Amino acid sequence: MKHSSTDTRHPNDAPEQVLRIEGLNIDFVTDAGAIPAVRGVDLEVKAGEILAIVGESGSGKSVTARTALGILAENGAAHGGVYLNGKNMLTLHGAQLREVRGRDVAMVFQEPSTALNPVFTVGWQIMEGIRTHSKISKKEAKARAIEAMRQVGIPHPEQRVNYYPHQFSGGQKQRVVIAAALALKPRLIVADEPTTALDVTVQAEILSLLRELRAELGTAIVIITHNMGVVADIADRVVVMNQGQIVEQAPALELFERPQQDYTKSLLAAVPHLGRESASASLSERPHTDASVLVEAKGLGVHFPGRLGSAGFTAVKDVDLKIHAGEVYGLVGESGSGKTTIGRSIAGLNRITSGSLKVLGYEMAAFKERSFKPLREQIGFVFQDPAASFNPHLTVGECVAEPLAVHRELNPAQTRAKVSELLEAVQLPAGFAQRYPHELSGGQRQRASLARALALDPKLLIADEPTSALDVSVQAKVLELFRELQTELGFAALFVSHDLAVVDQLATWVGVLYRGNLVEEGLGSKVLAKPQHTYTQRLIASLPVPDPREQAQRRALIEELNQG
Amino acid sequence: MTTQTLPSANTSWLKQLPVISHLRMSSGLQRGMLVAGLVLSVLFFLCALFAPLIAPFDFAQSSDASGDFPRQAAPDAKFIWGTTATGYDVFSRTLYGAQTAIWVIVAAVVMSLFVGVLLGLISGYLGGWFDRIMVVLADAIYAFPSLLLAIVMSIVISQGQSSLFGGIMAAAISITVVFIPQYFRVVRAEVMRLKAEPFVESAQVIGASPWRVMFTHLLRNSTRTLPLIFTLNATEALLTLAGLGFLGFGIEPTAASEWGYDLNRAMSDATSGIWWTGLFPGLAIVLTVMGLTLVGESMNDLNDPRLRRFSRKKAKRITQSTQRGATQ
Amino acid sequence: MTITSPPGQETSPIAAPKAKNQGGGFLRYLITRFLLIIPTVFILITVVFFLMRVTGDPITAAMGGRLTPDQLAARIHEAGYDRPILVQYFEYLGQVFTGNLGRTLSDNRAVTEVLSTYGAATLELAINSVIVALLVGIPLGLVAAKFRDRYPDAILRILAILGYATPVFFAGLILKLVFGVWLGWLPISGRADWQTELELTGLQSPSGIYWLDALRSGNMEAFWNVTEHALLPALALGLLTGGVFLRLVRTNAIGTLGREYVEAGRSRGVSEFRLTTKHAYRPALIPIITVMGLQIAMLLGGAVLTETTFEWSGLGFKLAEYLTARDFVAVQGIVVLLAIIVAVTNFIVDVLAALIDPRVRY
Repeated sequence: MKHSSTDTRHPNDAPEQVLRIEGLNIDFVTDAGAIPAVRGVDLEVKAGEILAIVGESGSGKSVTARTALGILAENGAAHGGVYLNGKNMLTLHGAQLREVRGRDVAMVFQEPSTALNPVFTVGWQIMEGIRTHSKISKKEAKARAIEAMRQVGIPHPEQRVNYYPHQFSGGQKQRVVIAAALALKPRLIVADEPTTALDVTVQAEILSLLRELRAELGTAIVIITHNMGVVADIADRVVVMNQGQIVEQAPALELFERPQQDYTKSLLAAVPHLGRESASASLSERPHTDASVLVEAKGLGVHFPGRLGSAGFTAVKDVDLKIHAGEVYGLVGESGSGKTTIGRSIAGLNRITSGSLKVLGYEMAAFKERSFKPLREQIGFVFQDPAASFNPHLTVGECVAEPLAVHRELNPAQTRAKVSELLEAVQLPAGFAQRYPHELSGGQRQRASLARALALDPKLLIADEPTSALDVSVQAKVLELFRELQTELGFAALFVSHDLAVVDQLATWVGVLYRGNLVEEGLGSKVLAKPQHTYTQRLIASLPVPDPREQAQRRALIEELNQG
Repeated sequence: MTTQTLPSANTSWLKQLPVISHLRMSSGLQRGMLVAGLVLSVLFFLCALFAPLIAPFDFAQSSDASGDFPRQAAPDAKFIWGTTATGYDVFSRTLYGAQTAIWVIVAAVVMSLFVGVLLGLISGYLGGWFDRIMVVLADAIYAFPSLLLAIVMSIVISQGQSSLFGGIMAAAISITVVFIPQYFRVVRAEVMRLKAEPFVESAQVIGASPWRVMFTHLLRNSTRTLPLIFTLNATEALLTLAGLGFLGFGIEPTAASEWGYDLNRAMSDATSGIWWTGLFPGLAIVLTVMGLTLVGESMNDLNDPRLRRFSRKKAKRITQSTQRGATQ
Repeated sequence: MTITSPPGQETSPIAAPKAKNQGGGFLRYLITRFLLIIPTVFILITVVFFLMRVTGDPITAAMGGRLTPDQLAARIHEAGYDRPILVQYFEYLGQVFTGNLGRTLSDNRAVTEVLSTYGAATLELAINSVIVALLVGIPLGLVAAKFRDRYPDAILRILAILGYATPVFFAGLILKLVFGVWLGWLPISGRADWQTELELTGLQSPSGIYWLDALRSGNMEAFWNVTEHALLPALALGLLTGGVFLRLVRTNAIGTLGREYVEAGRSRGVSEFRLTTKHAYRPALIPIITVMGLQIAMLLGGAVLTETTFEWSGLGFKLAEYLTARDFVAVQGIVVLLAIIVAVTNFIVDVLAALIDPRVRY
């Protein structure tokens, strides 16, 4: 693939500049008046460059990047200049704007399953963009669509061009979205969190695809992400945004090695780095093995029946594991690995269908809510989404007190005292008891959730991805709190996560799940250093680390693994 | 980017009442629709309340001290909307019709609300064979033409003929039976959705009893959309009542005034060009239903923050002024 | 407590091409959906049967005042209504199964004959109204969705609410007054002039749908006469149903217009018109069709009122007549037939929706 020689660049423009944003201000108008989203953003993207815009939720990174396509929510107003190949996208309208979109700049979305229309074939969707911009026959457009699909590495593109989106896997759908963006060979692609919805092993593949495309076609890419590992893996240059403003702008290597601003430093410090601060660093053997066994699974299987004769789904197959009193067991796996199902089975939220699972001596194969109920006070549960795990109509205090209301008979004053004690333990002011859940931030809600789970001094805590809905800086604080409370109270915990780095920081003993099978178990530091199973090896290699130099070496390793 | 508008703690409870809070946060076209709806609804309510004071005659009065009323008389000074074939005053009958309508609406909606919500809650949460039977039953009834079901019910209840109270209750119960499946479906669907929400599961892992889960956690969260259904069903109750009356299954004209029945009588008048006997009761139905529907729809729009939109132009205008303010 | 789907799981990834599997899922869906008709119809027949018998037997209801108690008892015994209710119920089920819905009390005709005589007229009215409703509802609903919260939308919504708020018999009354009585443009009742009616019913194997029969006979005058008569009822019922469809299309199209795939289309330079009529419309059509199926039930309810208003001699018109005569055997027969029609229509509609949805098809 050669660089296209028919570029129509503005003569006054610097030849290598694709996008220049100047003094961009964006506000959103709501009932409460205008809310500033972006303030005074200046940045530029050169041809063939990969620029990463990083920031936590609400930093304005996505809104900023989308103006490159002239896309803005209807209640938004933008002022300033967004020059794409010299044309100000903020002043273009109607047909002029449509002409530019897709031809000069294209977009890749976060969630490939929502970015593709379920009722049209993928070929139709790729061809549509092609036929909008050039008057060519259907046949020719189809040939180009097939070519684009081949380019993004979809096998058998001639047949699969006629497939509907639901017939592809998540990673392949994202490839199709990229193919549609590439179809007209735009000079700039805006990728909004393109790998956030994907598993890490798939993420690695998509990132390497983007890197290859840049090398082959010279397309500039603006990648929006919250993941520092992704930045370290792919970006040439980085823009850090916070609260609508640019905090720092630097080449990737420089930013990671010599961050100038405090915000950037704290952001980098909060990112869990694979293999650092391992909870099992000083251990050589599994601890707590002499303590009593709280959870014991033997040949555990969980099968969900399908509807109306359609095939069911086996989430967990033949899993053996043990959790001892006082031990933190980390369970890692990608989506569909069965990790959440195991956690839920232990809490009696779903039934097991084969094998044996003993929880605090109770056999879950013969589960009856009535007989299990007395044991429930010894089990705490923290859910993934802190926003959804509180009843919006009850105050935080009422929610935290619910276990007390069910299992203890306390008078209102005693309950109040206990609630303030619990809130204090999770470092929340006692006054929060009167507030409603929506008045708290995500991190505060997750603390309150922890307080509720610990209300009855449980022996066992099950934490299902407790930090994956949080920003990294908040995640770091919640993890720290979890660690402190565990040391202090000494409860056993099952910590479920897709993030190996996080699990290793908290859990001494780690199990790796792959498609319902427990493929590997061991001390966290051992599993990371010497993974035995090929899946674990791929998983570890795929996880990008927030360090461009180290990541470059790891990338070489993945390529080796993929070839082998 | 989510911007939630939250009721701040210091606003009075009055301002937080459903309709009033909606009115406060509406603007532009939406406000116009809500206000129009409220005006029509209040008008309907006042007519029902003060019918005996406003109406010059009784609803079944065909004569006074000066003798029998003329039949099918065109509107004039004494009978401002004319008289019917039986000599009743159309204006008075139309006013009294609001009274009948409101009784039937309130009775029908309250009864179906209680039964439907309760069944939906229990069926959706507990599941099992009870749920399966209820769903098949509700679906079968839901798919059935509601007017036909109401006819069958009114045959069952009153053999089709009735007094004031009996007629109102017969109509109300017929309508109730039609509506229960609707409330049932809505609440059950909502309960099924909420059942998988972490806040319900967190109550389950704590060991809360099914009753506690249903009544502390599910009930209030699953009845969020009910004000809307309430207004929409009120209109459907009114239309069903009118339909029954039109087919002769309503309330005897001497027992109460009912718009649908009057329209039935007016059909033959229309053929000979007599418009006033049908127009006014008909308009009464249309305006009442429109009023209630406008209120319900506007409330629904305003309840969903994602549905509330500002035009690009307006956004530009508002921010332009802040921009100018910032640079000055 | 049952959990029907595994929580936190993606839909199973389908990586390899799977040509073998195609079509099988749809056939299974078709069969299961078809079998679902049986319990629905069975429940309705049962509910209607018991409801109608709770208060007494049909003969007392129909002739209570006119016969002496002895005569009444004799008639009741003769018809078998004095036997235990369960015996009657199972006998009735057997009769329905063999296509026998009994004989009417007021004019002593077989209910099935009444149904076949008047069914076509109702079908004709329903088809005409659905055509009007679709022509009005779909395009205007899309316009309203596209211009939501702006003037075109506000005006269309108010018109749709007006359509919903107007009882069909009141709309009929106004239409009759304006177009029939005052302007004198259109006939105000019946399905055709009596000469035309005579001619059309005299045709060989008439379909009963007049405009079809008129077209077949090649008599353009008759066709015009039939159209003239059909216009007002179709408008009255069709515009009201159209209002409901408009709201339905609007709501669903607003939902799909906000989806990311529309934004993706926009980012490829696709025009707003195409985004609305293709990207948003097609996926919205799936729920729209399903709900429209349920509206058919409403339409049939409306047909009863429309037919009475315009003296359109279909099932609804006859139903009103039998109701006045308190002939509950006939009423029960018509109600059961309408229930079956509704169940079958819903089945067809669900299959149509599935055909549009590739996720069901493949």
